[in-house]
Formats: sequence, C-alpha cells, structure tokens
Amino acid sequence: MEKRLVYLDNNATTKVDEKVLEKMLPFFSEKYGNPSSMHDFGGKVSKDLAVAREQVADLLGAKNPYEVTFTGCGTESANIAIKGALEINKNKKHIITTKVEHPCVQNTYKWLEKRGYNVTYLDVNARGELMLEELKEAINVDTALVSIMWANNETGVIFPIEKAAKIVKEKNEKTLFFVDAVQAAGKIPMDVSSCPIDLLGISGHKFHAPKGIGALYVKKGILLPPLILGGHQEKGLRPGTENVAGIIGIGEAAKLAKDFLSDELIRVKTLRDEFEKGILKKVFNAKVYSANAPRVSNTTNISFEYIEGELMLLHFADAGICASSGSACTSGSLEPSHVLKAMGIPFTSLHGSIRFSLSRFTTKEDIEYALEVIPPIIEKINGYSPYQKELRELKELRNF
Amino acid sequence: MWEYTDKVKEYYTNPKNVGELENPDAVGEAGSLVCGDMLKIFLQINEQDIITDAKFQTFGCGSAIASSSALTEMIIGKTVDEAAKITNQDIVEFLGGLPNAKVHCSVMGKEALEDAIANYRGIEKKDDTDNPVICQCFNVKEQDLRNLVREKGVTDIYEASEYSKIGSGCGKCHNEAVAIIEDELRKKNENSNKITKTQLVLKINKVLEGYISEHLRKDGGDIELINVKKNKVFVKLCGTCGKCSMSSHTLKNFVEKTLKEQVSNELEVIAV
Repeated sequence: MEKRLVYLDNNATTKVDEKVLEKMLPFFSEKYGNPSSMHDFGGKVSKDLAVAREQVADLLGAKNPYEVTFTGCGTESANIAIKGALEINKNKKHIITTKVEHPCVQNTYKWLEKRGYNVTYLDVNARGELMLEELKEAINVDTALVSIMWANNETGVIFPIEKAAKIVKEKNEKTLFFVDAVQAAGKIPMDVSSCPIDLLGISGHKFHAPKGIGALYVKKGILLPPLILGGHQEKGLRPGTENVAGIIGIGEAAKLAKDFLSDELIRVKTLRDEFEKGILKKVFNAKVYSANAPRVSNTTNISFEYIEGELMLLHFADAGICASSGSACTSGSLEPSHVLKAMGIPFTSLHGSIRFSLSRFTTKEDIEYALEVIPPIIEKINGYSPYQKELRELKELRNF
Repeated sequence: MWEYTDKVKEYYTNPKNVGELENPDAVGEAGSLVCGDMLKIFLQINEQDIITDAKFQTFGCGSAIASSSALTEMIIGKTVDEAAKITNQDIVEFLGGLPNAKVHCSVMGKEALEDAIANYRGIEKKDDTDNPVICQCFNVKEQDLRNLVREKGVTDIYEASEYSKIGSGCGKCHNEAVAIIEDELRKKNENSNKITKTQLVLKINKVLEGYISEHLRKDGGDIELINVKKNKVFVKLCGTCGKCSMSSHTLKNFVEKTLKEQVSNELEVIAV
C-alpha cells in the first residue's frame, strides 16, 4: 500500500477549513481596521464581529449573542470562568470537579486548593462515565462552583451535562456551573439555553477554526470580573484589541460545524466504528474500555496490552499515521494519563493506550489504510515485550 | 515530540538482539510495568568470562528500546568485568545523545546489566533502600536532596534543581522530590521552634530573678542561677533560704513548679 498521511489526532487539533481561511484572509489585509475606531474603516469590522458572535451563539444554543465572549483559547475561557465564578461566590469555599478534567480545569482547581478551597474530585467508573449521585451528594450550601467537562478529550465519553446542570441548581441555586465544552463543540448538538448552564468554554481549533481563538458563554445575568485588565473590548471581560481574523474564523467554523453536525454524527461515527471493530478483529491484545459508554462520534481510545504507547506512535508516524497516547513517555511530565488512571485501567493497558480521533475530513481510504498498516506494527512490537507469556495467554483467551 | 538522533531512530525502528536466550547464563531486570518501563536482559557467557551473546525484551518507549538494543551491541565480545564498567553515559554517547527527559532509559539499561552481572556472580544486589535514588536522570539520592534543604536552605524543587539538576530531566521524580523537600522543611521548622540553650538560660534567669526572687526576698532569702545542663537547673539558695529547713520544699513546690509553668515542663531544679 502506498504510504499516505492519515491524520487521526483531531482531538489535539484540526485542520483549518478552507472556507474558514477564505473568510479570514481579508481581515489581515484590506479589512485590517480596529473595530473600536470611530472611523468607518475600522468601525465596519465590528459588524463582522457581530456576525461571528451570532454564529457562535447559534452553535451553542445561546439566546443572546452578547452571552458570547471571545477569548484566546479553551484554557483561558476556563480560567476566566472558574476564577470569576469564585469572585461572585466569594463567601463560599467548596468547589467540585471531576478526576478526568483537562489540565486547564484540573490545574486551576489544584491552584485553588492550595489557596484554601475545599475541593471534591468526582470519580468516574471503569467505562469513564460520571456518576451523578456522587455529584448530588457532594453539593452543599458552601459550594461555590461545579466544573464538569461535556466530553472527555482522551476517551470521548460524553457526560450528562443537562442532568448535571439541573442537579446543581436543585441542590443549591447559588452554585455556579461551568462546562468545559472544548471537545463537545461541533461534535454533539448543544443547547445552553435549555438547561441551567452558567458558563461554558470552547476552543476554535478543535473544530476547524485556527489556533489562538476561543469563546466563553456567560449566561445573561451573570457579571463576571475580568482576569486581565484593560479596555472595554468584550464588555471589559476580555480586554485587549480583538483577534479579529480569529473571531471571524471561529464564527465561520461554528456555522460550518452546525451544518456538519449530522455528517459528524453519522458518517464519522460509521468510520470510527469500522476502524475500532477492524482493530479489535485483527489485533488480539487490543481493548476499548469506553466502548459501551456514550461517546462523541470521532474518538476511540484503544489499549494495546503489554506494549508501550510511545513506541507505537513512533512506528505509526513512520507509516504516516498521526495519533496520540496516554502513555507516560509521550507526556512532558512522564506521568501516565490521569483520565485512564481514574478509570482504574490496569497498568498492563495504561501505558499502551492510543487515542485515535477523526474529523469530517477523514476518509474511508484513510481508515482502510490505517487498518492495513497498524496490525503488523503491533505484531512487531509485541515481539519486543518482556511479557511474552502473558501475551500468549491473552491470545488463547481471546481465541485468536 | 522528542528530538531523537538518527541512530536512536535506527535502533528503535530495527532493533538488534530482540528476544530471549534459551539457556542464558545470566538474566537481569530493571524497571517495572507500573512505571511504564521494564527491561529484561539475557546473557550468554563462556569459560573465559566473555559475553558471547546478549538479547533483550523491553516494555518501553523508543529510547528505551534503542538503549536496550545499543547496550546488547556494546557488551557482546566484552568480558564481564569490561561490561560492568559501561556507564549509562556510554550508552547515551553510543546513541549520539538522548533527550534529557529520556536519559533514565539508558540508566535502566545500565541497571539491568548490573542486575544480570550480579545474577551471574551469584551476589545480592546492593541494597539502596536507606538512601534510594530519587532522580534517575541525574542520580540524585534522597539524602543529597535532604542535605540541600538542611544545608543550602533550599525550599522548593526549583531551587533544589539549581544545585543538583534534580527533576530537570524526565520529571518523573517531581512528586516524590516535592514530598521529600516538604518533609525536610517540616522537620527544619520543628527544630527552629525549639529554643536554643542561650534562650533557655535567659528565660530561666528572667523568671528566677523576677517572680521567684521577689517572693523569696519577702522572707529574707534569695536565689541565684548557677548552671543549666540539659533540663537540669542548678541553683543556689541564699540568705535565710540557705539555712531554712523547708528549703527542699520551697525548691520543688515553688521554684521548680514556677519554672515548669513559665519555661518548660521538663525542667528539674537542683540546689548546689
């Protein structure tokens, strides 16, 4: 088979859609004005920003475009939301999140913990699902904030956000609810106006907008203080001259994402399922721990038992396949994935977990190629493992 | 993404000497599955003590495979004594360098070899349990780290790293190192809460010359501090007290009781 580039790492970042790029380009050249300017040349740009704001509001299901604030990225959205929410609920010292959040939430919570906040980290089960009863029990009169991700970046598991939002408000209507929706935007339908979500963050580059642009939904009636101080831009919540081209990009990407939602849901899911089934059929030491949990349609996290993730990625890369791993060796910290650890995945599988994430640009040929190339690589690496006896037993157990 | 040299790439893409030996003369192991790294090495050694064959099996990343493979290449044809002299730095050099964060992979190779040689010679591996290596990349031991806190006034891992490079490689030791630093800081803090001997003497003297002496003087007596040795306070009763038949009672029930209340519960008063 002829070598080709197969990009299966769309939860890390996506390709900028050409239509998005096309919309953005004029804002680097002929439309370079500052939207805050009094003159028409700049002022006109603010009308384009208003359109982008509507497009993003539409993707999220926000009733009022002014509920959308543009930020630099998903991490920034989370920081503004979390730290701002605690300014509002100043007298409350208990905060809740899950054990499987993205570092932008997890590390912000750890930082708060060091500053005296009392933190509850909610567990997930072996499939990576959140248990709502635990959330219900955890909320009390002192709870200032609950932060839960909508979809997990590593496993793709979707959390029941609408139900969680209702539980939060039923238990304590003063408790604010932040949703990290970075991995859900453009992958599942969202309607923030139909449930009591107070704050929600997204990142453009996860759905075919460029890097460096994110958004934060702040429900009407909540006045968040800013994290950085400056001018009046973004109602003062995120001052600094707007990243105009980026905003135009995320707006257009939001529009396309909404149009493509049905495609993502059906075609991409079919491809993902074909890929997953194909690997499980061809590779005896492959296992999908979250297979039976509700998942976004583009993600699969496959554990290859008794072999190590980075080595696989290096061989995949040689064959043109881009993916990522929860293995300790691929992360800067050399710590294995906290998500898979929280699920209680055994060490025999933990370091050999690979995340494959598709996009609307993934083709049937890509998947066929990956299914052709991956099994022999695994077979080869199995041969390096010091766990030959265990591998033989596994092979027999799974009737290969 | 790590920057690997061509040689590392070559060695993890097509590693040499993968597998196991059927009847090895020595087997060595290092690492564990829990840490995400595990290496087994098998040696064939002839009567002249020369390593005639070596094979490995490794659960690990690209650089772990490359380090293992390189090590087997380096030791075949060498005597056991010569092989024992190979350091992890030799492995790194053989590979044309490893990213800082991956140096521990070469250390693991070295450890597996040590284990195999010990196994061959029938000796127990040296016991490092009292002073374990915390940072594998730069070989920083627990005691070294504790000394940095005690002697150099280091208060966090960043300062410790300036002296020892600890934690600046793979970073795997961060949590453990931070825990040790915090433990040592806590101990240091406890010690600094204890007052020094000079402070103790001054405090005792203040109470003796003040409250106690005032009371004794009312009866025409007085008291003088002679010495303090550990918890023993040596005093001399003067004036009427010196001749009083009740002096031992005064000493225990008034002087010692007051010092215990106002200075330290452990003090004992002795008349000289």
